[in-house]
Order: sequence, then structure tokens, then C-alpha cells
Amino acid sequence: MPLLTFNECGIYCERADVYIDPWKPVDRALITHGHADHSRWGNKYYLCTRTAAPVIRYRLGDIKLETVEFGEVKTINGVKFSFHPAGHIVGSAQIRVEYKGEIWVASGDYKLEDDGLSEAYQPVKCQHFITESTFGLPVYRWTPQEEVMADINDWWRQIASEGRTAILTGYALGKAQRLLNGLDTSIGKIYTHGAIENTNEVMRRQGVKLPATTRVTREINKKEYLGNIVVATPGAIGQPWVKKFGNASIGAASGWMTLRGARRRRGADRGFVLSDHCDWPSLLEAIDLTGADNVYVTHGYTAIFSKYLREQGLNAVELHTEYEGELAEIETKGNAETEKENLAADAE
Amino acid sequence: MKNFAEMFRRLDRTTKTNAKVDALADYFLQVDDEDKLWTVALLSHRRPRRTVNSKLLRAWASELSGIDTWILEESYHVVGDLAETIALILPPPEQDYDHTLTHWIDYIQQFAGYDEEGKKEAVQEAWRGLNTTERYLFNKLITGNFRVGVSQKLMTRALSRATGIEETNLAHRLMGNWTPNDTTLEDLIHSESATDDISRPYPFYLAYQLEQPAEELGSPEEWQAEHKWDGIRGQVIVRDDEVFVWSRGEELVNDKYPEYHVLASAIPNGTVIDGEILPYRDGQPLGFNVLQTRIGRKTVSKKLLKDAPVVLMCYDLLEYEGRDIRKLPMSDRRELLERVVAENDTGGVLQLSPVFAFSHWDELAAERETAREKFSEGIMLKRKDSAYRQGRKKGDWWKWKVDPLTIDAVMMYAQRGHGRRANLYTDFTFGVWDGEDLVPFTKAYSGLTDQEFNKITAWVRRNTVDRFGPVRSVKPKQVFEIGFEGIRKSTRHKSGVALRFPRMLRWRQDKPVEEANTKDDLEALLATYGG
Repeated sequence: MPLLTFNECGIYCERADVYIDPWKPVDRALITHGHADHSRWGNKYYLCTRTAAPVIRYRLGDIKLETVEFGEVKTINGVKFSFHPAGHIVGSAQIRVEYKGEIWVASGDYKLEDDGLSEAYQPVKCQHFITESTFGLPVYRWTPQEEVMADINDWWRQIASEGRTAILTGYALGKAQRLLNGLDTSIGKIYTHGAIENTNEVMRRQGVKLPATTRVTREINKKEYLGNIVVATPGAIGQPWVKKFGNASIGAASGWMTLRGARRRRGADRGFVLSDHCDWPSLLEAIDLTGADNVYVTHGYTAIFSKYLREQGLNAVELHTEYEGELAEIETKGNAETEKENLAADAE
Repeated sequence: MKNFAEMFRRLDRTTKTNAKVDALADYFLQVDDEDKLWTVALLSHRRPRRTVNSKLLRAWASELSGIDTWILEESYHVVGDLAETIALILPPPEQDYDHTLTHWIDYIQQFAGYDEEGKKEAVQEAWRGLNTTERYLFNKLITGNFRVGVSQKLMTRALSRATGIEETNLAHRLMGNWTPNDTTLEDLIHSESATDDISRPYPFYLAYQLEQPAEELGSPEEWQAEHKWDGIRGQVIVRDDEVFVWSRGEELVNDKYPEYHVLASAIPNGTVIDGEILPYRDGQPLGFNVLQTRIGRKTVSKKLLKDAPVVLMCYDLLEYEGRDIRKLPMSDRRELLERVVAENDTGGVLQLSPVFAFSHWDELAAERETAREKFSEGIMLKRKDSAYRQGRKKGDWWKWKVDPLTIDAVMMYAQRGHGRRANLYTDFTFGVWDGEDLVPFTKAYSGLTDQEFNKITAWVRRNTVDRFGPVRSVKPKQVFEIGFEGIRKSTRHKSGVALRFPRMLRWRQDKPVEEANTKDDLEALLATYGG
């Protein structure tokens, strides 16, 4: 029996009787990070990193949750569990599982580039590596964050000089804060969509440094937005909410913006290629750094990516899970998260 | 090419007409006449010929990037565009070449004289020195399918702004039979007389689909009504004892339709007729299926001429006795047209499109209901006092098409789309019930909103039964109302039928899958409308 198996509820460790990122309610859940497809409602017990906890508590309310420090070892029925930085969002972790020399790493979502907010990714040696492949095709190749942020700031400067408002989209947890952190506040003021500001408040309370932002509310005179930037969720575009900004220019920051089709479909004026996931070269680099011979591909272009890995001589398997990666930024799904975001905005 | 790439990026970023015209006009002011002319050519479908096939291109891209062709192929299915896929998978450029657009087109045109190895070296050399957008454009140029979302009208408006030449005049000058290899911008747009190219056609006037009730058009006396013929729009020019036949796609099709050659001597010089290239025998149009046997054939056999003879169904006159009469009212042009058709013996090659006498809109509506039986697509309405305008303009001409045939079908297979629908499931195969089984009978790609495509894509991802390369079979759950313009027997299709212009009219989320139509229903339609 392998140390970790995959069943209809999620990634399961039978010896310790715990799940990692389960998608159905279970007794004990180890959580890699706070995105909705990895930390779901209904589990009886949650374990995550100390810095991931505030957002999870904010999202899931009154739950039984314990925290660990990065690198701290927690032993359950002889199985050693430890959390290691995944670099995806603040508090995000890869979960290392060891028993009698057998070592697995479940990486959740991760990226190699240090974004300056999340704890920077650290490779963890293992024999079995569970990876995502959201952008697991060679067409996806990111440019460094500084260059992308410079493009974004140039665009904002241009729009501000025309006396218009720039609206920049990224999802509420992670991408939005990364964008805020890279904006050049000498150009103007930053306003935020309600769902984003809620997350900001949680993060500021836990000590994450973010630039000054103002929540978009009904009371604000529409003229105040001119020359400034509004950071919004992707779901807010196309809603009545954006009308108050008049002749605004909309920029979308997402890995999907690599593709011309997605850029045009998005209805954004500008697409900026910025993702909290790995591009093709860094997926391959990460897998190489683990030294693992066995790779399990959980979401994204799973069939193609696992076939490619097999050709490189690895035992790679495609899994069917309910993780979604960055799909929220390309699909309008009407899922709980998007609806909650819209409600948050409508309330204002 | 740097200016060209920047202009392309600006066009690509906006859907606003004014921003597009600005981007193009700025560009025209930056570049020399040679680059202007090539840009005009590219934006008016005068592309350089394809010099490299896409299979070789894939192989060379695979070699240079170290990416196997199978994964390049998979990437292509996701990206939806080969030129873009290649531009994205190539390693970052080693150099930064800065040459004009004309330089690169000359570079590409020289490939024709190279052997395969020579072509490969030239293409890979270019890739090494171009950035992603430039590579994309370069790939589009070599594969001969450069397209960008800007109409000829907008391009003409921008060029007009940059050159100071009036727009309608410019539009006329840019028509016709030229390529940048055989003319200069000076000769094309600045030369004195617009008739120095005797083959030059007039821009077509295009009608809008009538969406409102016909009554709202006002009094019936103000309108001329005739069949909307189901052939190919054509313009026939007779000047200097020569005949030129243009199709609406601005393609010179003289060779494809030798029937019209007699017109060079049968009608006077200085005559230009707008009409429909229509298969026709014994006073009756034949179906569009018959014309399809001739589209795409360069040489026409005697048998084909006998089986699928064409006439010109004439509905407008643009030039009479060498004079441009497009500004005359429709009723006056019609009178002159009737004279041209009546007074010259063309052996039946010219047919006059009859007009309906009607005093009430209801009479016309009844005529429209029976259009399909007469191989007509509906009714054309033209305001009697209207001039012959350019391009698609609202107000004076309307097409009032017959409602499509429909059938409710079940989605069986899904495939990702191309272009702006890349990575979305938009191409579907539909089936009808044959007992307990579904029989696939048509594909359809269009008709849903972006939001519906997003929704169905999410559904397809979660309800895939099996994958065959890029095609997924899905659970038979979703019903769509499929609309189409015609149906005929086909030996090439498994179901035995072929539909004309199939598209999704509605996603019937309200309809249980068992209530979709059956093969018998389809066969009943075939019996009624299959001609």
C-alpha cells in the first residue's frame, strides 16, 4: 500500500487517516492554501500554516483549525508531516509526508518566482511528487514580474494622462495583492473592489505590508476615480458595477493572457501575462529539483503533461481531481466563490 | 516590421472603430510608400502566395525549440492558431532584427526559388531575430493566411486620413487587379483617371438583414422588391471589347464562367452590371448545390457547362455608356438596366431579375414564405430613390430572408475552437435519435454567446466520456436547436444528409434529451426540401 492514495474524497494517507486538500467533507484535512478549490467547507478538522490560517478562517468561518510553522514536523501515527513554502500565495505550502523512508510531496498550487509577498518556493526532495499542470504546455512562458509590472504601470500612466480610470483585474486572494504590491503609487491612488479589500484587511491584520488602498463605495464621487486605478476581480467585469468608472481602460492580469484568443475574448483592453502558477520551464525545473521518479499530475493539461513526463523517463500518472487552478480567471462559472465576490461588491 | 507589429498590437487591443483607425493612420504616417502599399494589400486580401507548407513549418519549429511535434500539435489545439503556437514555443530571440515590412515580404517571396533546406535556413534565421509578435506576423505571412480584424472600409478611412485623398475615391482606386509587385502607391492612388485600369470594379453595395417588421419601412410604393437569389454576387464589366467578371470577394473569375465571354461583343463598351452568378436552365434557377460543383474549379469541362450552366441574374446597372451612374436613383438605374438587357442579344446569358408588384406588405410576406421552393433565399428590398452606395450601409437596401429550417439535436462531440475562441469548446457534432442510438448528422460552430460558450466549455470538461485526439465525446445530455438554410442527400456524410449553413439557434436547456428530433424527422425534411 503506498503512503498516499487517491480516492473520491481527495488525497488520502491511510496510515495517519488524514486527507490533503479534500474536495468532499472528511474528518481531518491538511490544507495547502486558502483558495476555494483546495480548502473547502465541511471538514471536521483543518491543519494549515500559520500564515495561511487567517484567510481560511475568514472564508470558512467557525471551523476547528490548527496551525503549524513552515518546516515544523507534526507526527500522526508515526507518519511525519511538514509544510514547506510553495510560493503561490501568502501561507501556501507543499505538504511533505514521510514514513519509513518513503517520501511524498503534495505541492497544491505553486510557482518558483519570488513575488515578494508569498514565502518563496523551496524545492523539497522526495520520491513521489504530486503536481499541478495549469500551464503545462510549452506555449506558456512567463516574463519576469518586474517587466510585467513595468508594463502595467506604463499602461496606468498612459490612461491617467488621458484623464481616465484604469481597471486592473486579478482574483481576490493572491493575484490582487501581488498587483497592489507592484503598482507605482506615484501615478495615482489605488481603489479596490470589495472582495479584494476584504482580503486585504485580513492580510494587513496578519502583518502583510500592502500599499494604501480605498474601497470602492457608493459614497465616492465618480470623478474621484479619474486618473486612478481600480483593482477588481475578473468576475466584476461585465457586471453593472464597472459602469460607474465610465470610459475606463480594462487590463487583465493572468497567465491565460499569453494567448491572443483569450486576450480578445476577455473583453479587456490590455492583457498582462502574470500568473501565480508555474510556466512550462519552471514546472519542469521544479520536478527535476525534487528528484522524484514518480509524478502525479492533478489538474491542468494533465494528459499532455504526464505523457511528456513519461517520455522524459519518469513514472507519470494523470489524476482526476476537482482542483481548478486558474480556471476561475478564464471561465465564468457561476461558482460559489464568484457569486460571493459579486455579492460583496453589490453590497457596496 | 517593428512599426507594423506595433500597429498590429494596437489593433488587437481594441474593438473600438476609432482606435483602430487611429492606429492605422498613425502607422501610415510613419512608414514609406512601399510599406504602405504592402499593408493596404495585406488588409485587402492581396496576400503573398504561400511559399512553405505548414507541415514543414511545424518540423522546423520543433527542431529549433527541441519540442516534439506531438506536443506542438497538442499546443496548437489549445492555442487554435499555428502561427501563434510556433511564435510562442520558439526559444527567446538571439538577435533583434529591424527591417521594413517590404524587406521581410521580399525575403519571403524569394523562398520560391529555394530548395527545402534553403527555405528551412531562411525561416529559422528569421525566427532567431524576431520577437514573439513579429514571429507571429512573419509566420502568418509565410503561411499566406494573414488576417486581422480590420475591414477594408476602416483601412481606407485611415489611408484617406494619412494621404488626404477622399475616402470613396480611394475605395474605388483600391479595387481591382493589382499587387504591390506590379504597381506603386503613386500609380495606384495618385494617378489621374480611375479608369486607367479597365478591369477595375466598383465597390459592392451590401444589404443588411431586416430585423424589424417590414411595415416599419414605410409605404410599399417607395420600395422595389425582388428575389434574393441564391448564387454568387458578381459584377460584370465590359470595357474596350473585353469582359471582366468579379465575385464579391474581389476575385476575378473570368476563367471559371466562360458563359460570360460572349458579353464582350454582345453588349456595348462602358457597361457595368451588378447581379447574381446563378445556375439556371429552361427559365428556372437550379439549386445552390449545382453551383457548388463549379466553385473552386479553374478549368471547366464541357460536361460541367452542360450540367451546371450559369446566367447573370441582373439587378443593377452601375456604368452606362461609359458613365458612372451610381448616384442616379434606383428606379432610373433599373430603367436603364431593363434597356441594356432588352436591347442586346446575349443568348439568354443576361436575365433580368423580376420585380414584384405589391401594394401591401402582407402580399410580400406571403411571397417570402414560398421563397425556398423557388431556390430563393427570401426577398431583397431596395428603396426606389436610393443611390448605389459602397459597402454595408443601413437604410436603403435590406435582405428579408426566409426563416431557417430547424431541428432539435443532441450534442455528441466537442472540439476546441480557433482564433478568439481558442481553448474554449465551440465546435460541436450533433446527432438525432435512431431508436436508442444517436446518429451524428451535422457540425455547428456558431450561434451562441461568449457566455454560453464559457458555460458549455465548463460542462464539456466535466462530462467528457472519451477523448480522440482533440475531440471529446460527451454525455448525451444537451439539446440544441440547429438552424440551417437547406438540406440535401450526401454520400460523403454518414447520416446521408448535408446541411447548408448549420448553426446553433438556441441552447435548449429546457428540453429533455429524449425529446430531441429523430432520424425520421430529418428524413421528412429531406423529402420536402431536398430538391
